[in-house]
Amino acid sequence: MKGRPANRMSDRIAIAALGASVLLILAILVVIIGNIAIHGARTVTWEFITQPPRDGLMAGGIFPAIVGTAALVILMSIAAVPLGVATAIYLHEYTPAEGLTLAWRRFRLSKGRAGRKRLFFRAMSALLANVTRSAVANLAGVPSIVFGLFGLGFFIQFVGRAIDRATQPPGEVVWGQGSLLWAALTLALLTLPTVIVATEEALRTIPQDLREASLALGATQWETIRRVVLPGALPGILTGAILGISRGAGEVAPILFTGAAYYLPFLPHRVTDQFMHLGYHVLILSTQSPDVEATKPLLYGTVFVLLALTFLLNLAGVIIRVKTRSRR
Amino acid sequence: MTTKIEVRDFNFFYGEAKVLHGIEFDIPEKQVTALIGPSGCGKSTFLRSINRMNDIIAGARAEGRIAIDGKDLYAPGIDVVSLRRRIGMVFQKSNPFPKSIFENIAYGLRIGGVKDRRVLDETVERSLKRAALWDEVKDRLGRSALALSGGQQQRLCIARALAVDPDVLLMDEPASALDPIATQKIEELVYELKDNYTIVIVTHNMQQAARVSDRTAFFMLGKLVEYNETRTIFMNPGQKLTEDYITGRFG
Amino acid sequence: MRHFDREIEELKELLLRMGAMVEEQIHESIRALLERDSAVAQRVIDADSGIDRMELDIDQHTIELIATMQPAAVDLRFVATAMKITPELERIADLAVDVCERAIELNAEPPLKPLLDIPRLARIAQDMVRQSLDAFVRRDAALAREVIARDDEVDRLTEQSFRELLTYMLEDSKNISRAIRLTFVGKYFERIADGATNICEMVVYLVEGKVIKHSNEPA
Repeated sequence: MKGRPANRMSDRIAIAALGASVLLILAILVVIIGNIAIHGARTVTWEFITQPPRDGLMAGGIFPAIVGTAALVILMSIAAVPLGVATAIYLHEYTPAEGLTLAWRRFRLSKGRAGRKRLFFRAMSALLANVTRSAVANLAGVPSIVFGLFGLGFFIQFVGRAIDRATQPPGEVVWGQGSLLWAALTLALLTLPTVIVATEEALRTIPQDLREASLALGATQWETIRRVVLPGALPGILTGAILGISRGAGEVAPILFTGAAYYLPFLPHRVTDQFMHLGYHVLILSTQSPDVEATKPLLYGTVFVLLALTFLLNLAGVIIRVKTRSRR
Repeated sequence: MTTKIEVRDFNFFYGEAKVLHGIEFDIPEKQVTALIGPSGCGKSTFLRSINRMNDIIAGARAEGRIAIDGKDLYAPGIDVVSLRRRIGMVFQKSNPFPKSIFENIAYGLRIGGVKDRRVLDETVERSLKRAALWDEVKDRLGRSALALSGGQQQRLCIARALAVDPDVLLMDEPASALDPIATQKIEELVYELKDNYTIVIVTHNMQQAARVSDRTAFFMLGKLVEYNETRTIFMNPGQKLTEDYITGRFG
Repeated sequence: MRHFDREIEELKELLLRMGAMVEEQIHESIRALLERDSAVAQRVIDADSGIDRMELDIDQHTIELIATMQPAAVDLRFVATAMKITPELERIADLAVDVCERAIELNAEPPLKPLLDIPRLARIAQDMVRQSLDAFVRRDAALAREVIARDDEVDRLTEQSFRELLTYMLEDSKNISRAIRLTFVGKYFERIADGATNICEMVVYLVEGKVIKHSNEPA
């Protein structure tokens, strides 16, 4: 038949090219991770993980940085996940389906007082949903350093200082400086879009006829969400949450001005404390150290631990997803 | 023959479009009333108006009166949620929750506040027996409802609707997605259920309407064309439109 | 199917009841003739309207059944057969009435002759009707075929009786009116037997799906 050899040839070329791309990616990944693993493994000992740094960060361990990173991630999750999930639930379940233009037009064309009030609220709800969605979309595109500046300017210098003025003796600065709290909130803003989008996706996978079945049995909308939608969407929501969290765990730019410190003699134990951070530690070690060669092993070790943490987080995500899916 | 549901000058709009025009008839108690008509004639819309499931659709608006036991469902201040507890609904495609068989049936009870395990057990058993499903699932109530066959799932949905002991049962083409044997089981079930429940069933299958119902309402283009005893509709209808539809001359 | 089966059973009951009534009419008409009892004859004539009502009732039932149950295969053949048996039974009942009318007329005059052939063929006809209904209820095609075979005997006896009555008519013109009436009676019973035969042909169709009427298929 005419043309067959040419088809088969281009098919083969395509497979080869695609395969080559995959191999290239894998190769790069292997080189990076391999490099880190080989050099870092030597440094990562029990002391390394459990001891604080000594000699001006030239020796010792990274225990405070691990603690600081963990505390930060936990606080960030507490702030971001419930808020993100709630927002997504509002956007997906409670927003009028007809959209703003239609809702507004219906309100303007309506007669009769009782109907008018209801239609007005519907239109406003649609407006709120539109605004929220735009905000989320825009937020997702903001560079992380800008989040850091926002954290500094708004949380620390505006909100923090206002709290200080209201609660502390004059001159005392407790809230108006970098801390776990403000850094966590800043990171939470960064991860919100991820959580919201992933949750909405998960909610979308629940077919509408399940909601109808629940409503037809006399459940309220919230009962339907609580008993039918959320349990079903849980795998997707958890995946999205873990995804956002592991992203946030690795970000450094937002915490530069909002609470990270390169050396603290004590571990953070209040939300107003500053903290050490693995990613920030890497930055400091690679740019501020007087003896590059000496700090190299420490650098590799820190990066190794950071990657291991990220890897463990993602692994946890996969396990949770598998577990919740198989229970259904 | 007491009237259970009274429909008076009922109109329905999706936004600007009027889809039901001046529907008026009485649905008798403890009998099966079938709604038939070509696609898009409004029979499903009307059915869903009875338990106000159309409220969740954007831009849906109802005018007129539908009354159950004399109480107008569209009067201001009616609590839709408790209305729906008195009316059970079975959908065209079976939609069991991704939970166990037991939890599916118990759902309606739980949202009604019932926590007593004994009451739940008894009600689940009774509902499954009424839906002719008990024998097939009594040993695996804890297993997922999604593992059942299509016909079993639909009977499960019927049991789920019966668990809250409604007086009215609405069925929207309950057997259209099922094979003939499963369909037959559903039809036989409907015939048995009418001793205790008022049943309104929408079907696009005329023969099913003839087999199963006591009264039949023929809808077309949003209007109620004819409403009479099923025998009469299928042997000697009064309207030519009805006869054309029944004999398959269109639709 | 259970609902449908109940409807079929009900139809069968109605048919059997009508059959029983018709058998009773035949029985009483023979008695009216042999015992020369005009009162019995009159009762038979009066009871006919009840049978007519049953025919209409069963008609209504069968049409409703078809409209609402869409029977198929053997169920459809059953309903179709039921619809065709009822008018046959009604005609048989009318023939019994005709016999009684002739009986009343005959009883007004002294008996012409001792009746031999007519009672024999009357009893065979009565048997055939009863057996045809049995065959229908039991869906027994073999029995139906047996009944059909006996029709020849009835025809023979009718012919025989007619020839005998002919001699009476030729003998004396005063015999003619009674002889003619008796000829009619013989004819009526022959037609009752034909009715039973028709019913049996329908039973064969019901059971085997085979149409044997209007053919001379050997039984």
